[in-house]
Amino acid sequence: MSDEANEIKAIVTPVRLDYDFTAGLAATQFLRGLEQKKIIGARSGPGAPVMVPPRGADPRTSELVTESVEVSDKGTVVTYSVIRVPSDNIKFELPYVCINVLLDGAGVGMFHVLQKCPLDEVRIGMRVQAKWVSDDQLSPNVASIDYFEPIDEPDVTYEQIRENT
Amino acid sequence: MRNVGIVSFAQSNARAEVRNEVEFLLPVVKEAVARSGMERTDIEFTCSGSSDFLQGQPFAFVLALDGVGAWPPIKESHVEMDGAFALYEAWVKIQTGEVDSAIIYSFGKTSPGDLAEVVALQLDPYCVTQLWPDADSVAGIQARLFLERSGKSERDLAEIAARSRRDAQDNPHAVTKGDFDVEKLLAEPYRTSPLRDHDCPTNTDGATVMVIAAEEKARELSKRPVWIRGIDHRIDPPALGVRDLTSAPSAELAASKAGVGSDKVDFAELDAPYTHQELILREALGLADDLRVNPSGGSLCSRTLFSCGLNRIGDAFERIAAGDGDRAVAHATQGHCLQQNLVCVLEGE
Repeated sequence: MSDEANEIKAIVTPVRLDYDFTAGLAATQFLRGLEQKKIIGARSGPGAPVMVPPRGADPRTSELVTESVEVSDKGTVVTYSVIRVPSDNIKFELPYVCINVLLDGAGVGMFHVLQKCPLDEVRIGMRVQAKWVSDDQLSPNVASIDYFEPIDEPDVTYEQIRENT
Repeated sequence: MRNVGIVSFAQSNARAEVRNEVEFLLPVVKEAVARSGMERTDIEFTCSGSSDFLQGQPFAFVLALDGVGAWPPIKESHVEMDGAFALYEAWVKIQTGEVDSAIIYSFGKTSPGDLAEVVALQLDPYCVTQLWPDADSVAGIQARLFLERSGKSERDLAEIAARSRRDAQDNPHAVTKGDFDVEKLLAEPYRTSPLRDHDCPTNTDGATVMVIAAEEKARELSKRPVWIRGIDHRIDPPALGVRDLTSAPSAELAASKAGVGSDKVDFAELDAPYTHQELILREALGLADDLRVNPSGGSLCSRTLFSCGLNRIGDAFERIAAGDGDRAVAHATQGHCLQQNLVCVLEGE
C-alpha cells in the first residue's frame, strides 16, 4: 500500500473551542485589584503567609485562603534570570530579565519582568517597584503591571529573604 | 490478593461553580479525610482523575494539587480518566504491598465550555471530529439502534428518567430531581432523536474524594467495613461502527472478571449518563430486570464528568456502610457510547 508520492503529510481540520475562565474567589479579588493598581493577595488567616497571586489555597498547609490582604507594589528581587531565547510571545527586547519579586507584605515571590536596569547590575536583594500601564490600559490582568524597575533603596540581605525564596 | 476497604467518601456537585477547582476540591478533600479518621499526612498514596479539556486549561491537575495537600511532598499519580480508574490504580498500588492506604480524588468542571463539543475531541481527529458529532448526537445514534434491536420504546427511556429523578430527591448531591410525569416528558421535543432532554445527563461541576485502606487498617477505621471484592476495567475499540453499539462487551467482560454474577446483588450504581445506556449496562452486567438501579439518581441527574464514575462507587459504598444492602455493583464509564468500562463489586462485612 506504500506509495511515497501519494503520501499525505497534513490535512486541515480546524478545531476551535471557547471557554469561560473561572478565576475563582481569591483570584477574582487579585485580578480586580490590578484594574485599580492594587496588588491583593490572600491568606488562610492572621499570621499566615500572603499568597500573591492567590489561587485559592495555601499550598503548604492546604488551607483555603479566606482573607484578602493588599500588599505593596514595591518588593525585593529574590531570584532572576537573563532571557536570551526569542519567542513570538515575548513583547520585550532581548536580552531581558525575568524576576521573582517578593512584594512587601507578601509571603511568596511573584513572577514578573525587570526593565530599566543594566544586565550587569541585576542582583538578588535589589529593591524594585511595579511600573503600571497607563490608566486607560488597566485591566484584570498581570500585564497591568508593565514591568518592575529598580528604586533607590538599600539592598535586602539574602538572610532576610531566604525563607521566602 | 489483599482485602481493600473503602474507608470514607465525600462529593460535591453544582450546576456551575464560581469557585475554581482548588477552591471547590479542597473542602471535599478535608471532608473525606476527616471522615476517614486518618491524618492527611498518614495516607500513603494519592491518585487522581481529571481532564484539562474540560476547563480548557493545561495541567489543571497539577494546579489542583494545591487543594489536596502536596506539602511535605507526597507520592502521587494521575490518570486522564474518571476517578474510578484512579481508584483502580490505587487498589493495585495496595495490592503490590507498597502502601496500605490511599486517597483518590477527581474533579470536573463541565461549565466553562460547550461540553458536548469538547467531548467530540475524543473521537478520531482526522476523519470524524471535524464533522463535529457532539456527544449527544453520538448517543442518539446508539439509542436509535438499541431501541430497534431491543424492542424497547421511548416510553421505557422516559420511565428511567422519571424513576432516576424521583430517587434523586433523597440525594442532596443530585442536581436534577423531582416528580416528573412520563406523559409530559414524552411530549417534550427531541434533542437528538430518539433522545429528549430528559434522556441526556445534567452536566455539573464538582469534586469527589475517597479514602481506601488495606484490610487491617480498614477494619480499624470502619464501623462496618465495606470491601472491594472485585474490580476490573476493559476497553472496546474507539471507532463508531467497529463494534455493535447496542452492547458493551467491555462492561460484560469487566463484570465477569470482577465476579458480579458469583452471588446475589442488592442494588447497582451504574454510570449511565443516557437513559438507554442503563438498559445496555443491565444486559452487559447480567443484572436482574427488577434489580434496583441507581438509587442515588445516577449520572443522569448529575454528571460531573471525570467524577461521576467514582461517585457511583462512593454512593454504593455509603449505602452499604449505612446497612442498606450487603452486596452491590458499581460501574464507571469513559469515552463514547460506553466504550470503556470499570466494574466494581462492593460487599459489607
